[in-house]
Amino acid sequence: MSTIPKELKYASTHEWVRHEGDGIYTVGITEHAQDLLGDMVFVELPEVGAQVAAGDDVAVCESVKAASDIYAPIAGEIVEVNEELEDASELVNNDPYGDGWLFKIKADDPSEVDNLLDADGYQAAIDEE
Amino acid sequence: MANRTPLYDAHVKAGAKIVDFHGWDMPINYGSQIEEHHAVRKDSGVFDVSHMTIVDVAGIDAKAFLRYLLANDVAKMNTPGQALYSAMLNEQGGIIDDLIVYYFSDESYRLIVNSATRERDLEWLHAVAANYKVIITEQTQYGMVALQGPNAANKLKQVIGEEAFAEVANMKPFVAKQVGDYFVATTGYTGEKGYEIIVTADKVEALWNALLEVGVQPCGLGARDTLRLEAGMNLYGQDMDESVTPLESNMGWSVAFEPQDRLFIGREALEQQKAAGHAKLVGLVMRDKGVLRHGLKVITEGGEGVITSGTFSPTLGFSIALARVPATVGDTAAVEIRNKLVTVSVVKPGFVRQGKSLLA
Repeated sequence: MSTIPKELKYASTHEWVRHEGDGIYTVGITEHAQDLLGDMVFVELPEVGAQVAAGDDVAVCESVKAASDIYAPIAGEIVEVNEELEDASELVNNDPYGDGWLFKIKADDPSEVDNLLDADGYQAAIDEE
Repeated sequence: MANRTPLYDAHVKAGAKIVDFHGWDMPINYGSQIEEHHAVRKDSGVFDVSHMTIVDVAGIDAKAFLRYLLANDVAKMNTPGQALYSAMLNEQGGIIDDLIVYYFSDESYRLIVNSATRERDLEWLHAVAANYKVIITEQTQYGMVALQGPNAANKLKQVIGEEAFAEVANMKPFVAKQVGDYFVATTGYTGEKGYEIIVTADKVEALWNALLEVGVQPCGLGARDTLRLEAGMNLYGQDMDESVTPLESNMGWSVAFEPQDRLFIGREALEQQKAAGHAKLVGLVMRDKGVLRHGLKVITEGGEGVITSGTFSPTLGFSIALARVPATVGDTAAVEIRNKLVTVSVVKPGFVRQGKSLLA
């Protein structure tokens, strides 16, 4: 059974979101998602400064098995990307909720986050898969 | 319910992620397939290959039967334990399966065939055997493991003891020997030195556990696929099937056209195809980011082709593939990946051997 931290919010497309204060949100993929994808080999990240809408495909996680689009869970501006992943994409496998984060968004409207799933909601979503 | 090998419980105990593989519950990995891959290239790894089908062929016509059945010529073998890789073809030259045949005597051989093609193979073997005095026996009482990697010999010695190991220590590649309970062959599917070991099902878990205890990494189907692809070895059902011939599958070397008077199934079709020209299976290398995948279109000077197997090469750090393309292919080709045309180099199939890159 994979870990789903209670304090995070989730998109049904397997991204997690963490509030870092000042309307800035860190985004990564869940432990369940990395487990489905298997060993990560490349991560393609968005440009810092890019303006994205909720649901835009903004990144790609490519594993030995498959390439998977990563969607922006909320609208906003990309303010930072995890450059460590350039040479260490396995961080997404080894520490999906920590060092394996993907990018940070400054939300246009922080209330959008309320529309995302909580841990129980995400658990229910993956149970249905 | 899916078939399970005698090692199923051992896989679960080792933390395997189990997937369905042509009706078999098999381990895909035990955590990280890339770590398993590196273990085989740098040290040693062990795979459960008990799902593979073992078929013994015996009888006074065994040699004549196999000389007609197989595209390679079993008459090349005359020392007990010798092994030969061959395709088994239909009349059109299409590949029914690829297999290894072991020689015991002119009246006794052993075939190891793919599990995914088991039923088709057995049906074909029995049909062709109708005109020969041979007995075909599927051996289901065995388990089989592949111990592979530069330290495989050392690990095997630790497990079976110095005395038994001395029996196999000087074996060349592609031979086999019965040592006590173990049928030990110097074969594999990784491009590393190593062994494939057949033992009765009741003893295979003890062998598996003993190998793990001396530090051999258990490896799943994921690592098996990246290792074989780096080694440029075909996977049946993906790089070849009944719709293509060995000539189109980089297996021409395994077809024995000599002696010319040996009639084998598919010979006529292959000779015609050889004269008429045919597509070929090549290697592709992409040093840009991204991964070449099965089914992607390949655009070459001579026309379109298709990727039959593609992956990220853990040893090389970039993507490699096998592709079937027109014979006139140049040194480069283009592949459409996620709506972008990417230039790739065209190389001989075979990218890594014994831990080292084969690329220029």
